[in-house]
Amino acid sequence: MTKDMLIIDNITKRFGGLMANQNVSFSIAEGEIIGLIGPNGAGKSTLFNCISCYYNADGGRILFHGADISKKTPEAICRMGIGRTFQIVRIFKEMTVRENIMIGAFLKHVKLCDATAKAEETADLFGFTEKLDLPAGSLTISDQKRLEVARVFATEPKVLLLDEMMAGLNIQEVRETTDLILKLRDMGITLVLVEHVMEGIMPIANRVIVLDYGEKIAEGTPDEVVNNDKVIQAYFGKKYHAKRRGRTAPLQ
Amino acid sequence: MKKGIIVLIIFLGALAAFPLVYQDPFPRHMLIMIMLYAAMGIGWNIIGGYTGQVSFGNAAFFGVGAYATAILLVNYGISPWLGMIVGCFFSVALAIIVGYPCFRLQGHYFAIATIAVGEIMLLVFTNWEYAGAAVGIYMPILPESFINFEFHTSKLPYYYIILVIFVAALGVSHLVERSRLGYYCRAIKEDTDGARSLGINIQRYKMIAFSISAVITSICGTFYAQYVLYIHPTSTMDLMMSIQLCIICLIGGLGKLYGPVIGAFVFIPMTELTRVYLGSEGQGVDLMIYSMLIIILAIWRPQGLWAIFTRGTAK
Repeated sequence: MTKDMLIIDNITKRFGGLMANQNVSFSIAEGEIIGLIGPNGAGKSTLFNCISCYYNADGGRILFHGADISKKTPEAICRMGIGRTFQIVRIFKEMTVRENIMIGAFLKHVKLCDATAKAEETADLFGFTEKLDLPAGSLTISDQKRLEVARVFATEPKVLLLDEMMAGLNIQEVRETTDLILKLRDMGITLVLVEHVMEGIMPIANRVIVLDYGEKIAEGTPDEVVNNDKVIQAYFGKKYHAKRRGRTAPLQ
Repeated sequence: MKKGIIVLIIFLGALAAFPLVYQDPFPRHMLIMIMLYAAMGIGWNIIGGYTGQVSFGNAAFFGVGAYATAILLVNYGISPWLGMIVGCFFSVALAIIVGYPCFRLQGHYFAIATIAVGEIMLLVFTNWEYAGAAVGIYMPILPESFINFEFHTSKLPYYYIILVIFVAALGVSHLVERSRLGYYCRAIKEDTDGARSLGINIQRYKMIAFSISAVITSICGTFYAQYVLYIHPTSTMDLMMSIQLCIICLIGGLGKLYGPVIGAFVFIPMTELTRVYLGSEGQGVDLMIYSMLIIILAIWRPQGLWAIFTRGTAK
């Protein structure tokens, strides 16, 4: 495996008495697709916000290419090459699709004409060529989510953190999204996905990390993780887990 | 787009030709005030419109410009043109000092903080003996000349000076709109967190926008001091002025290049005419009519009068 580019080292985040993340550690190698899963309230989004520095972690370090980034600002993180999207889309609804992508493109292209060219090139890649002049707020939810990725893609990131890209999408759209993610991976971008939609994440993730109650309970390939006792217990509860065990035991 | 440029040229040409056709001082004065407020509105629009940071403290920059000019001229005999530059310098300094803590506040709290700043400036100047305190400063009457920035026989030179300031402000606003700064400001207005995720340093761009706004307003302050030749705290730093700038942008179209221009051309005559025709009643009828007109405009065109021109054409 290639060298780890992003290392999450013992991250802890508290909200008052609530431990949102507790000593979470894992590392991400260049070119990987990492899935971050767990039941509601497991601390996935908190961890995301810590990595992208919207929250400052109470303990632990986040190393990107060896440098500790845990105390930086979100804008600095983006400039270093870590882009993110949001669980609830945060596109600029009053602006057109082109303008939305241009805002991202301006990071590396100061001049208006360069940014426009970059935005149109990006729009092409994400299938927005026809929709460049539409107000972003008029797009469908799946288009809005894709626009958010296109926009951050225009900042030319090395790592993309995608927060629930597939939530609320239909099967067709989920398939398109997975294709898009694979395309991004092939372009050399490392991806971390927070996801609830298992049929979307499981086929494409190299590794899956499972959080529950703020702690990492499992890590491994999708196959390993779905058969992990702790994971099944986290998703279905102790009771159901025990029943399932009881039922399957005689068969073995 | 082409059509827009033609309309603009005709409009500016008409403005330039107007005082040559109409010799009466009152219409000239009216247009001077309209252009003065249009320029200030353009300045306000950069921070309040594009960036979405509603400032009720912009009158402070107007006052700083006016006072810097007046103090330098009265005490040291320095040309108002130099005073204008010094005024800009102090205004930017004020913008940075105010902006640094206040831009950490979100939404309405920024607006409230700027009210406080404006009122503090008003109080400071009302009590500051050196700056004439509540009495204000009378400018010395100097021989008419461009260097002295004083003209007594005709308003014509003032008219053309404010026309240049107005066109320059419009030019600056256009450049801002067509640059990274303008796009970033709009992004900040729409979604702060979204903007940050794209590497935009919020604080920095708000500060730049606020400074540009301060410079434009400060230059208008200098012009006002030289035009009226008498300034006092409430004529230059009143909260009402900041509110008027906000209303001008709202009426015309918030965050639109020509919004404040349209706003000023509607708002200032409305203010003046209601006062001229109804002000003598002595019962505030003019203010009632005037506020009713604002309410009607707000209901009729909530996006601003600019929307009339863009209706149907998707932008």
